[in-house]
Order: sequence, then structure tokens, then C-alpha cells
Amino acid sequence: MAPSVVLVTGVSRFLGGHLAARLAANPDIDRVLGVDTVPPPRDLLRRMGRAEFVRADIRNPLISKVIEHASVDTVVHASLSANPGSSGGRATMKEMNVIGTMQLLAACQKAPTVRRMVLKSTTSVYGSSPRDPALFDETTTPKDLPSGGYAKDAVEIEGYLRGFGRRRPDVSVTVLRFSNFIGPRIDTVLTRYFALPVIPTVLGYDARVQLLHEEDALAVLERATSHDIPGVYNVAADGVLLLSQAIRRAGRVPLPVPSGAVGPVSRLFRSARLVDFSPEQMRFLNFGRVVDTGRLRRQFGFTPRWTTTQAFDDYVRGRALRPVISAEQIESVERGVLAAARSLR
Amino acid sequence: MTHADARGASVSDAHVIPLHADRTGARTRWRLGGAAAGPEPVAPEPVAPAPAPAPAPEAEAVADWEEPLAEALAFLRRRLTGDYTVDDFGFDAELTDNVLLPALRPLYERWFRVETIGMHHVPDTGGALIVANHSGTFPLDSLMTAVALHDDHPAQRHLRMLGADLMFKLPVLGSLARKQGSTLACSPDAERLMSAGELVGVWPEGFKGIGKPFRDRYKLQRFGRGGFVSAALRTGVPIIPCSIVGAEEIYPKIGDIAPLARLFGAPYFPVTPTFPHLGPLGLVPLPSKWYIEFGEPICTEGLGVTEADDPMLVFNLTDQVRETIQHTLYRLLSQRRNAFLG
Repeated sequence: MAPSVVLVTGVSRFLGGHLAARLAANPDIDRVLGVDTVPPPRDLLRRMGRAEFVRADIRNPLISKVIEHASVDTVVHASLSANPGSSGGRATMKEMNVIGTMQLLAACQKAPTVRRMVLKSTTSVYGSSPRDPALFDETTTPKDLPSGGYAKDAVEIEGYLRGFGRRRPDVSVTVLRFSNFIGPRIDTVLTRYFALPVIPTVLGYDARVQLLHEEDALAVLERATSHDIPGVYNVAADGVLLLSQAIRRAGRVPLPVPSGAVGPVSRLFRSARLVDFSPEQMRFLNFGRVVDTGRLRRQFGFTPRWTTTQAFDDYVRGRALRPVISAEQIESVERGVLAAARSLR
Repeated sequence: MTHADARGASVSDAHVIPLHADRTGARTRWRLGGAAAGPEPVAPEPVAPAPAPAPAPEAEAVADWEEPLAEALAFLRRRLTGDYTVDDFGFDAELTDNVLLPALRPLYERWFRVETIGMHHVPDTGGALIVANHSGTFPLDSLMTAVALHDDHPAQRHLRMLGADLMFKLPVLGSLARKQGSTLACSPDAERLMSAGELVGVWPEGFKGIGKPFRDRYKLQRFGRGGFVSAALRTGVPIIPCSIVGAEEIYPKIGDIAPLARLFGAPYFPVTPTFPHLGPLGLVPLPSKWYIEFGEPICTEGLGVTEADDPMLVFNLTDQVRETIQHTLYRLLSQRRNAFLG
């Protein structure tokens, strides 16, 4: 069931690029095409090996020519961007995400060779609110639909993809709703956030954070590309970290900000080019989000290798984050107090 | 384990038979007399090393306070380095056992002098649904039920409470509620917890029950839409009716300032004999004497998933639970001589 010609969008970024590299290493796949508006960084390009890079904008009808000429049979749409900063502003990001997907789907609908479609979506389609159940499964409809940003883009894109699936019932469509990625190599809003020495949090709230290790994310994408497993799947690691707990594990200092001041503080961080926090990410920091991954295990047949805690620890180790307060310091204080108490006896 | 039977036999003569006499011996029925109660063996208290018995050798006395200190420091270190686990719902068992429950224990033991009845009806393992009456303006009754099931149950069970969405919206309280094991009152969460073998507590009256005026005390309000019954039916866990007497008197709600409630987005703004005109002093609950009785479990195992969709059966079961609680409340009230002395 291995595909013969795969087209991967968003190859200049971590997931798309490394997925193309993994697919190129698979001898069963004849051809791997990588599409993006900017060329991948040189080391990523080297890793991609025999995968071919096509510099094209998916908003441009040229993409349908690429698909037709190469007779692509599997399309992996991994270019959804969550970060307005790196994609040139929110308006451009929305254009790339939504209009780009529409164009890509239009091109795929015309191409008779396409047999399989894989979408990298996000669990933020469930939103984040105090009125939602503690765990989302794939059928949950959120109480508060995401009102803007990346999450809204993802909701719209999933809607277009459902329409595409109705018009082309012969194409097997896989939607992967990923939780937040973490790992030593990937660069996301969250990895930058936890790298700050002093981490702003929302006063009085402690979000439940569920993560996914970058390697697990790549493995899931690769499995969805090379096997025929249609459906919608939540993809996330086991277990939950509280935001406060994660900050302590990284040896960072939390800075609780009253919710009224969250807006100005996040603007400050944006203008200082530290972390680009959108409003829906601030909501995520309030309430967090945890998804049920039973369907991923049973139907998709994948169990993440890293738990949330292990993935987070791997990120802290791999980035060599120097803790502001290290566990050793706390342990030495503990030993000191105990020794002092014993000497008093 | 014949407490309930003894209780049942004593209905006619309206005398409170001191229950759990063996366990609560030190805890007399008078608040001031209860001061002799020794330190609880349940949680490692970071403070108050018990003074060693006078003739004990010195080495033993040292070990006596050194171990709790080392334990407390290790606990602090685990907290500061994030070395603990929370479950998918955000429940932090370590924090609950070492901080939250000990903070509530004085209120439970000394202030409300809670007595539990029929604890043997709560299973040692496996899922169950505890359905209780709600009262008291501020949900202290649910917290006290959680302490009761941890301290007075042989298996020291954690109660996973189902709360209104308003609670999770609030800063500090919302996140504490999650850490303590609460989650949103909705069928997916309830079913997930019960099928995982957790003890789930629900107060189906909701705000109608907790915010009712003092004159309506111990009159059960409408029991929601029976969602808790269908959740129990779907997961096949027993329903345990639970009647709480004493919580109505802690903040007697004699008035409601609706404009202020609207201003704060709260369901009501209570006026009690001491609040708001005594300011923060009005937040101190009145020291009523509490009884929490767990009734005979209603088995749902024979019934099944199909019955959960039968509205008639669900309504009947809901009514049965409601009636059981209401009758138990009346019985307990008839046996109580005084709201504050028991």
C-alpha cells in the first residue's frame, strides 16, 4: 500500500522537512516532492536526500501543474502555520493557511491520480474553555468555537477538507489533530515560551498541558502517509503536566500576570520578539486542553513512545536550558536544613 | 457495621445514638470538649512534632521529629522541582493529601464535628456515584463529604466531584478545584471517571439547592434532568444516596441582592445574619453540627446501556434517589435536638 509519488507541503519547516527526509529514505516510495514558498535551510535540505524541492506557492494555480505532471498519488498538507510572526503577519498567515488549502484542494480534486490526503491539523480546533469536558474526543463539538487565529484557520480548513472528501469519495482522507509539539529540535511558540528565564503566566489559573514529542509527530505523519488509515485522529502523548509544574521542571521562574494585564504583557513580548502570543494561546494558558487518544491507539495503531513528561524533559535536556533554579540547588538546601536541624538536637 | 441498623431502629425514639463511638471517642459531641483529640495519623504534618512521652530515651525523641521534617522537606522539594504527577483531569493526589485535606480537617473535626453514618455502603474499590443534597450558600458540604470519604472510609477514597462551569471559570478556585479532583459536571467526564473506577460525587440540585433561602432548608429542589442517573446506568456503577444535615445552617441565606449578583456574574449575592454587614467576619461559617449519612446503594448493574436511554426509567430512578435523600434528611432532622449541638 506504499504510495509511489508523495507531495509534502511546508517542507521548509521542521515537520514537513523531516517528514520528506523520512519518506525519501523509504525505498518503496518512488518520488518525494517538497513544496514551500521559501527553500529549506541547508542542513534540512541535505537531510532530505533524494526528495525534490519545488519552490511554489500553494495559493498559485501552478501547484495543480506540479501535481498533474508528477502524477502525485499522496498529498501531505503539513504547512499549516500557527505562528504569525514567522509567516509575515496574521493576514498573510491566514491567507497561506486558508486560501492556500483551498487552492491545494482544488488542484487535488482535478487530479485523478490523487488517492490519499493527509492533513496536519491541531487540537486547538476544540478551543479551550471552562465549559468543556476535561478530555476531548474526536466527536466532541466545542462549546466555544475558536473565534480567531490559527485555531479558526484549522476549523475552516477541516471544513474544506470534509467538502473535498464528499466530492472525491475515492480519496482516503486522514486528519491528524496534533497537540502542542515539544522536543529538542522543533521550534514552536511553546518551546520559545519555556525557554524564557521568567515565564509569564495568568494569575490564578493553571492550565493542563498535553504535549507530543517531535519524533512521535513525525512517526505518526509517516504512518499516515504510507498506510491507508482514513479518519480523524487526536494525536497526543500520554499524561498531563500542569503549566506551573512544567515551569518548575524546567527550573524557570513563573511570573503570574493578572488577567487584565495579560494583553499588554503579551504585546510587549511580541514587540520584543521573544514570544508571539496570540489571544487563543493565552486562553490555552488559562484552561489548557487534554484530548483522548484512544482512537489513535486502537484504530490508527500507534502508541506514542514519549509521555508528556518525558517529552518535556527531553526538550529541557536537548535544548540544554540552564535552569534559573536547579534541582541540585533545591536538594542542597534540603540537605542543609536537615543537617542544621540534626546539629540542633 | 450495624450503625445504620441501630440508627434505623431509633427512628421512633428521637434520640441521637452516638455513632462510630469507637473511632470518635475523643471527639465528643461538644465542640470545646473535643480539644483532647490527638494528632491524626493520616497525613505527614510538616509542623507540630508530637512531644515525646516523658520517660522516652533521647534517641527516640529525636527520630520522632526528624522523620516528619525530612518528609516535609522532601515534599517541598518534589513540589518545587515539579516531580509529581497529575491525572488527565488535573487531579493532584499528593497536593490533596498533604495540603488541601489537612487544611479542611480542622473545619471537619472541630468546627462542624462531622459524624458519618453508613460508610460501609461505600465500596472499597471500583466506581460509584454519590448523590447528595446541596446547601449552605457556599459549597462546603461537598468539601466535607470529600474529607469524610478520605478520613472515615477504611480505603481512604478520593471523591471526584462534579462541579458547575462557573467554578472552573474563577481564578484560583477553579484551578484548586481541578487539583483537588473536581471536574465539570457533564456526562463524558462523569462516565470516564466512573468507568475508571473512581468515586464520583454529584450534587444534582446545583445552584437551586445551594442558593435556596433559609426558610426552604432541607427541602430538596429539582434534581436536574437526571443526567447523573443515565451516566451511572451507562457505566453500571451503584448510586449511593447521601444526606447531609447541618450544612443548611452554616450561612443562613435570608436575603439576596440580585443587582450585585448580576454585577459579579454570580447566581446570587447572599445576605446572611452576618454577611455582608460584618464584612470579612461574616465569611466565618456558623458552627453547626453535621451528620453525613450514606444510604443503601442502588444497583444499576442489571440494567444496561439501553435503559440509559429510557427516559421513564431514568426519571423513576432519579425520583427514587431524591425520595431516599429527602426521607433520610427528615429522619436525621427528627433525631437532631439542636442545630449547633446535635
